[in-house]
Amino acid sequence: MDPTKSSAISLRVNGERHSLTVDNRTTLLDALREHLDLTGTKKGCDQGQCGACTVLLDGRRANSCLQLAVATEGREVTTVEGIADGERLHPVQQAFLDFDGYQCGYCTSGQICSAVAVIEEHAAGWPSAATADVRPEAGPSPLDDDEIRERMSGNLCRCGAYVSIVRAVAEAAAVREAADSAAGGSRGERVTA
Amino acid sequence: MREFGYKRATDVPEAVALLATDPEARFLGGGTNLVDLMKTGVESPALLVDVRGLPLDRIEVADDGALKIGATVTNSDLAADPEVRRRYPALTEAVLAGASGQLRNMATVGGNLLQRTRCGYFGDTAQPCNKRVPGSGCPALAGEHHNHAILDWSEHCVATHPSDMGVALAAFDAVVSIHTADGPAELPLSEFYLPVGDTPHRENALPPGALITGVTLPAAPVAARSRYRKVRERASFAFANGSIAAALDVEDGTVRDVRLAFGAVASRPWRARKAERALTGGPATAEAFAAAADAELAAAEPLAHNGYKVPLIRNLVVAMLTELTQEAAR
Ligand SMILES: Cc1cc2nc3c(=O)[nH]c(=O)nc-3n(C[C@H](O)[C@H](O)[C@H](O)COP(=O)(O)OP(=O)(O)OC[C@H]3O[C@@H](n4cnc5c(N)ncnc54)[C@H](O)[C@@H]3O)c2cc1C
Ligand code: SF4
Ligand code: FES
Ligand code: FES
Repeated sequence: MDPTKSSAISLRVNGERHSLTVDNRTTLLDALREHLDLTGTKKGCDQGQCGACTVLLDGRRANSCLQLAVATEGREVTTVEGIADGERLHPVQQAFLDFDGYQCGYCTSGQICSAVAVIEEHAAGWPSAATADVRPEAGPSPLDDDEIRERMSGNLCRCGAYVSIVRAVAEAAAVREAADSAAGGSRGERVTA
Repeated sequence: MREFGYKRATDVPEAVALLATDPEARFLGGGTNLVDLMKTGVESPALLVDVRGLPLDRIEVADDGALKIGATVTNSDLAADPEVRRRYPALTEAVLAGASGQLRNMATVGGNLLQRTRCGYFGDTAQPCNKRVPGSGCPALAGEHHNHAILDWSEHCVATHPSDMGVALAAFDAVVSIHTADGPAELPLSEFYLPVGDTPHRENALPPGALITGVTLPAAPVAARSRYRKVRERASFAFANGSIAAALDVEDGTVRDVRLAFGAVASRPWRARKAERALTGGPATAEAFAAAADAELAAAEPLAHNGYKVPLIRNLVVAMLTELTQEAAR
């Protein structure tokens, strides 16, 4: 192995550790798809513009097409394959099924990973460009359709399934909120954001 | 893409020393601009020195009230920070107006300041471009330039700086902290970006091999009443055609203090000092706001396809300052 070209790295993906040698030019997206056979994560533009490649890095959403695999060493990667709880679908996955949040499905894994993070970011009190008043004393704005559209704007859908995607995200957010108040938890308790 | 080595720095002097080991080395922040440009061949470093592991990921209030923002703070953490949202809301709004949630999680403050222009010719290695290949020419002047500069460009380059964050930082007199082999130093943002002149490839005043370690915002009460507004070709996730960061302190209908900066109009975030001077001490009326905008934009030299930016910025000035005046009256 020539260190001016490649690196031996260990990647933690969906809770499993993988040791591999990568050409330093390899993106996390290509490492997942070509080296680890995790093809759920999709390549659209390869330039950060479409969101098809969205994964979670230490719980935060990121474009795996612009993330170098070698720079991912030591971080926890979650892909769409690792979102569910065993056989039980994640509420966001269930909501995409229930509300037909897709047509061809190519953008869907990125949409789902992004939506999982959007719901956590909102619960953590992060404002967005759709938030009328970002000052902390204004309090959190509800996750309405405008907020969902803005927060999901890094995920394009060529089929234009946006109307159903927004409904699915709203539904999944409502499920989370209900589960939170049932558990007596305060907003933001489970937040990784 | 050219092959390259990769090293991870754990402290600031080590990062600077690692970069010095190879004249073709580059720092790697979130990689959202650099990796993109490496894929297209615009950038071709031989070594990447990853700065994401440096202890520069904190936002702290200094004894004099200034806000010290570390260079590796992500754009997301910057926007969400309660102190930023309370004291410099336009900065949060500017950051949130840029890129996407995914990209903001990756992008760093240092990388955002140093992101390259989105001029299409710059990004296409099959085209000439003075910024990419000095002396090769500027096809944008007679070609596609509908989103290019109207202020302070030269016949050598008419590109804009695309950062939204930088516009708010310019309005609030940010100072950039750097570290070189000689130790730490400071560079006001107003002197950070160089005039275009005949050297568009030289974009900033950073000494060779300098690491950006952070950005400091001096305490500024006026900034607590500030907003950022961005106009673009789609509702979200697009670069600006024109943007404004504005802060206003009005008392009894008189402007006591004002900060104004424009985005997407020049090769750097444009601090509108002429307009600020015209406004300070005068009436907070729509007519005065328009006159101040005209004073600033008198120097504008639009090309064939970007003349719309002049009224766009003028309207943004009037609208934003009017809104801030109304908010102050409440
Ligand atoms: C699809 C897309 C849409 C976007 N839309 C917007 C938008 O609307 N508005 C906007 O403002 N931006 C936008 N961006 C740009 C984005 O904000 C920048 O890419 C990002 O801020 C760069 O930060 P980074 O940490 O990823 O930098 P990197 O890509 O890691 O680095 C950029 C440059 O900075 C240098 N560098 C990095 N850190 C340091 C340091 N500490 N010291 C010295 N040099 C350093 C690198 O060597 C490189 O030259 C968009 C980007 C994409 C891909
Ligand atoms: S405007 Fe600047 S960046 Fe664009 S082609 Fe001309 S020289 Fe290159
Ligand atoms: S493939 Fe990564 S954003 Fe399009
Ligand atoms: S469902 Fe086809 S691209 Fe979104």
